[in-house]
Amino acid sequence: MLTETHKNITYTPVVKTEEMILNMGPQHPSTHGVLRLELQLEGEIITKVIPHIGYLHRCFEKHCEAMTYPQVIPYTDRMDYLASMGNELGYVVAVERLLNIQVPERVEYIRVIMAELQRIASHLVALGTYGADIGAMTPFLFCFRDREMILSLFEMTCGARLLYNYIWVGGLSHDLHPDFVRQTRDFCNYFKPKIKELNDLLTYNKIFIDRTAHVGILPLDTAINFGISGPMLRGSGMKWDLRKDDPYSVYHKFDFDIPVGEGKVGTVGDCWDRYYVRVLEMVESLKIIEQALDQLPEGDVMSAIPKRIKPPVGQIYTRIENPRGELGYFIISDGSVNPFRVKARAPSFVNLGVMDVLCRGHMVADIIAILGSVDIVLGEVDR
Amino acid sequence: MMYDFFVDLFGNEIIAAILSGVPPLLFILVFVLFAVWLERKVSAHMQDRLGPMRTGWHGYLQTIADLIKLIQKEDILAAANDKPLFNLAPVLVFAGTYAAFAAIPFSSYYIGSNIDLGIFFIIGISGLVVAGILMAGWSSNNKYSMLGAMRAAAQIISYEIPTILVVLTVVMITRTLNLHTLSEMQTGYIWNWMIFGGPTVGWQKFSLIPLMFIGFLVIYMSTLAEVNRTPFDIPEAESELVSGYHTEYSGMKFAMFFLAEYANMYAVSAIVTALFLGGYQSPIGYFGNLVDVPWLIPIEQFLWFTIKGTFFVFVQMWLRWTLPRLRVDQLMALCWKYLIPIAFVNLIIVGLITVL
Repeated sequence: MLTETHKNITYTPVVKTEEMILNMGPQHPSTHGVLRLELQLEGEIITKVIPHIGYLHRCFEKHCEAMTYPQVIPYTDRMDYLASMGNELGYVVAVERLLNIQVPERVEYIRVIMAELQRIASHLVALGTYGADIGAMTPFLFCFRDREMILSLFEMTCGARLLYNYIWVGGLSHDLHPDFVRQTRDFCNYFKPKIKELNDLLTYNKIFIDRTAHVGILPLDTAINFGISGPMLRGSGMKWDLRKDDPYSVYHKFDFDIPVGEGKVGTVGDCWDRYYVRVLEMVESLKIIEQALDQLPEGDVMSAIPKRIKPPVGQIYTRIENPRGELGYFIISDGSVNPFRVKARAPSFVNLGVMDVLCRGHMVADIIAILGSVDIVLGEVDR
Repeated sequence: MMYDFFVDLFGNEIIAAILSGVPPLLFILVFVLFAVWLERKVSAHMQDRLGPMRTGWHGYLQTIADLIKLIQKEDILAAANDKPLFNLAPVLVFAGTYAAFAAIPFSSYYIGSNIDLGIFFIIGISGLVVAGILMAGWSSNNKYSMLGAMRAAAQIISYEIPTILVVLTVVMITRTLNLHTLSEMQTGYIWNWMIFGGPTVGWQKFSLIPLMFIGFLVIYMSTLAEVNRTPFDIPEAESELVSGYHTEYSGMKFAMFFLAEYANMYAVSAIVTALFLGGYQSPIGYFGNLVDVPWLIPIEQFLWFTIKGTFFVFVQMWLRWTLPRLRVDQLMALCWKYLIPIAFVNLIIVGLITVL
C-alpha cells in the first residue's frame, strides 16, 4: 500500500530558515546506551549527523597494560557485554597464538558452542530492540524470553549470566554441566519454530517493511571503504565471514552458510537486509551448535592451561567473527607477564562511523531505524 | 436527559448543569482506572508475562497505587517554560475530551445533554485537544515536545477529515445528527445496526452493507490516529521523541494527559459504537422486556454500551501490542492517499443509494 518512500520527497525550502540542532542522547530511549547524536534538521529531514562518543570510556586498553594476561579476560567481557563469550574467545585465541600452544579438541568444541549460543543471544537482543525501536514492543519481549534460555545455559555452565570469564588461555574455567548437552538440544528444538514466529510477527509485517526497506541503504563500496564488517557488510551483499574466510578454533569442521542481503523486499543493503541477515545467521548458528553437539569429543578441559603465561617477545593481530563484526586484538608482548599493549578493534566503533552517510536525507524517525540496524553496543564503542 | 432530570429534581438550572457533569466524570475516572489495568494485563499476556499481580486481585489496585504516586510527585517547572500555557495545556486537553462525553448516549435515559447537533458537537469540541497539545509542545521549550506537538496537530487534523466523511455517510442515511435519535433508529436486533444498513429496507439495505463495512473500517482507523494509538502513535513515539508533547510534564499534570488519553480512547470507541454498532441497543433483545420490568432496560443499555465501547478499547490495545509504528510521512500518505478518497467515494455511493 505505502510504496512511496522518503526518496521521492524532494525538499526545496522556499524561505531559507535556520537549521535546527537536535541532540539525541546520551539519555534517550533508543540510542542503545549513552551515545549522543547531534542532528542537524531541516524540518524533519536530516542534513547531518555527528555521533559523539566516550560517555562509557573505561580505559580498557590502558588497564590491560597493568594486568597479567589472564587478568585481562574479565575486562574483555565488559566490552561488548551482549557477546562476552566472543570477546573472550578473540582475546584467548590471540594469546594462544602468541604462546603457540595447542588446546584439547573438547575445549575448542565447547568454545564454538558457547560462541554460537552467544551469537544467537546477541542477535536476539539486536532484533528485539530493533522491533522496539520501530514501535513493536511484543517481539522485543519474545526475543528476551528466548534469550533467557540461553543465559540459563550459560549460568548452568559457569555461574554467570552476562560476564562469564569462562574461556581461559589454554582451556575453560569449568567443564560442561552433565545435563548441558540435553538442554542445549532441547533449546535448539524449541528455538527453531520461534524464528518462524518472529518472522510472522515482525519480519514480514507490512508496516515493518515500510519502515525499514529502502531506508539507510549502504552500498557495498561505501561499506568496504568504511571498514564495515559483520552483518552490516553481509547485508550489503558481500559474502565475508571470518569463520569461513580466516578460520579460527574448529570452525572449518562445520557445514554452514553465510547469509547475505539480497534486497528481498527493498534495495540491497537497506535496514531490512541487515535485519534479515541476523535472522538467518541465527539459523546457521543453530546448525553449527547441533553439529558441534553431535561431534563433541571427551577430554579434560583444564589440562592444557599453562601454569605461567609469559609469551615470548613479539606481536600478533588476531581477528574473529563476533556477532557485530570483525573483533580484532593486537597484542604486543615484551616477554613479561603483562602485555605491553593490547589494542582492540571493536566492530561497533567502526560500524558507527558510517552513520552520517546512512542518515543524510532521511527523517528523524529513520535515524532510529538506521541506528538499530547498525546494532551498536556502547560498551564496545567506547571501551 | 440527565440535565432535564436534575432540573426536575432541584428546580435550579445551574445546580442541574453542575450535577449533570458529575456522572461522566465518575465514569471517566472509573473507566481509566480499569483501562490502565487492562492495558497492562493485555500487554503482559500477549508477551508471555503476568503483568501486575501484587496490589489487589491480579494487580487491580496497581493503577490506584500509581495514581497516589503521581499525586505525591514533584510538579517540575523548568525555568524556560511558558508557564501560563504550560499549566493550561493539560487542563485544555482533558477538557476537550471530557466535553465530548456530554453528548455521548450511554443509555436511552442517560445522556449528558440531548442536543440535536450531538455528533457535530463532539467532533467540534474534540478540536480543543489539538490546541492543548500544541500549547503543551510549545510551552515546554523542548525540541522533542515541539516536534511531537507539530506531528500531533498535523495528524489529528488530517485524520478528522476521513472521520467526518464517514460520519456524513451515516448522517445521510439516518438524516439526524442527534446521537440519541441515531441510537433509537438502530433498535431491535443486530441487523438493525448501522453497520448492517440500519433502518433501511430491501435492496437498499443489501447494497449498503458492504459500504457500511468499508466506512466502519475507515472510521476505526482514523479514530485510532486521532487518539494517537499504535500504529499511529507518532506524536508520542517513545523510541524517537522520548514521549512527545508531554515529555516535560510530571506529577498530576502528566496524569491529566494520561487521563485524557484513556478517556479519549473510550470517547472515540463510543462514537464508533453509537454510529455503527447500535449505540446502547442490545443485539439480542432486553431481559427487562422479557420479565416486564421496564426500569431494567436503561441499565441493560448502559451495560451494552460499556461492553461495546470497552471491546473497541481492547482492540486498540491489541493493535498497539502487535503492530510497529508508521513513519510520519507514511501516516500522512495513508490518510490523504487512501482513507480520504475511499471515504469520499463511499460517501458519494451511499448518497446515490439513499436518494434512489
